[in-house]
Amino acid sequence: MTVHNLYIFDRNGVCLHYSEWHRKKQAGIPKEEEYKLMYGMLFSIRSFVSKMSPLDMKDGFLAFQTSRYKLHYYETPTGIKVVMNTDLGVGPIRDVLHHIYSALYVELVVKNPLCPLGQTVQSELFRSRLDSYVRSLPFFSARAG
Amino acid sequence: MAIFSVYVVNKAGGLIYQLDSYAPRAEAEKTFSYPLDLLLKLHDERVLVAFGQRDGIRVGHAVLAINGVDVNGKYMADGKEVLEYLGNPANYPVSIRFGRPRLTSNEKLMLASMFHSLFAIGSQLSPEQGSSGIEMLETDTFKLHCFQTLTGIKFVVLADPRQAGIDSLLRKIYEIYSDFALKNPFYSLEMPIRACTLFTPPSWTLGPSWCGCFGAGRMQLCWPYISFQLPRMLCSNCSA
Repeated sequence: MTVHNLYIFDRNGVCLHYSEWHRKKQAGIPKEEEYKLMYGMLFSIRSFVSKMSPLDMKDGFLAFQTSRYKLHYYETPTGIKVVMNTDLGVGPIRDVLHHIYSALYVELVVKNPLCPLGQTVQSELFRSRLDSYVRSLPFFSARAG
Repeated sequence: MAIFSVYVVNKAGGLIYQLDSYAPRAEAEKTFSYPLDLLLKLHDERVLVAFGQRDGIRVGHAVLAINGVDVNGKYMADGKEVLEYLGNPANYPVSIRFGRPRLTSNEKLMLASMFHSLFAIGSQLSPEQGSSGIEMLETDTFKLHCFQTLTGIKFVVLADPRQAGIDSLLRKIYEIYSDFALKNPFYSLEMPIRACTLFTPPSWTLGPSWCGCFGAGRMQLCWPYISFQLPRMLCSNCSA
């Protein structure tokens, strides 16, 4: 069980943060395009799900999985999207993504008067705290395989 | 209903078969007096609630009926426009029914193609080697399961999030598709499954009954909820 990578987007599609831990295959396109493709895919999935749903939704799209990985999604009412790709064995981690937003992003970036919002986060403190938090998760194993 | 709908998508992304089970959607009917305290807007040929959520009427709900008579998109049954009718104080008090709008067949076609593309992007953005496309998409009200065959046909099932056994259901639908659509000499590949009377809508009963009769007999395909037993052979026509 492991975490592959993590994206944080804001409501305009700007990728605020990206980090990876165990990623074996790159997308084959430049990073900027990959962020845009990921954001576009999530935007389309959200609209797809809201049309398809037979009942009124409360939380909306939560996760999807393929044969090799699972993508977990968490969106705040302000449009901040936290996306984490993990192994298949990981269950619902909405509370983990919520913690990343509330205890890390809000505390270290939003409340920091020197961090401009709406751009990629440069804060080294945020990066290192996020990294140590993800490494401390129970489903993160440090194996290279 | 545990299973909400089934979609079959061909390898170009076009919808070739679609089936809905009539799950009762949440609807609310209320009597209003002038002025209306909801904000209505016209969107996609429908009249939707834009603001003013209350009492079971949510934002995004469409006007389904006025005074008991179903509306047709943005027009009422007698041809008048809904927004014009509701803007006239002389027509009040009026009873309006709101609910989640049903998808039109055009919208289903577009959604099927959209899913086809999302499936491919899911595979491209994979952080692991050799990933397939989206096999299961989870939301809080439904789970979407997709099975892609080696020839590129996708079978998509929308079901309740707690429903189990969808994988075997998808394999079963594939089996039925190959038996009744592919082995039909009059069926053209990748075309909508329409002329095949043997791939007709199922009746939602518990016991499976399925006839392999290729004559004029119509097949009844039923979805067993609990177990997938082998169907008994019975046909109204040939009584096989």
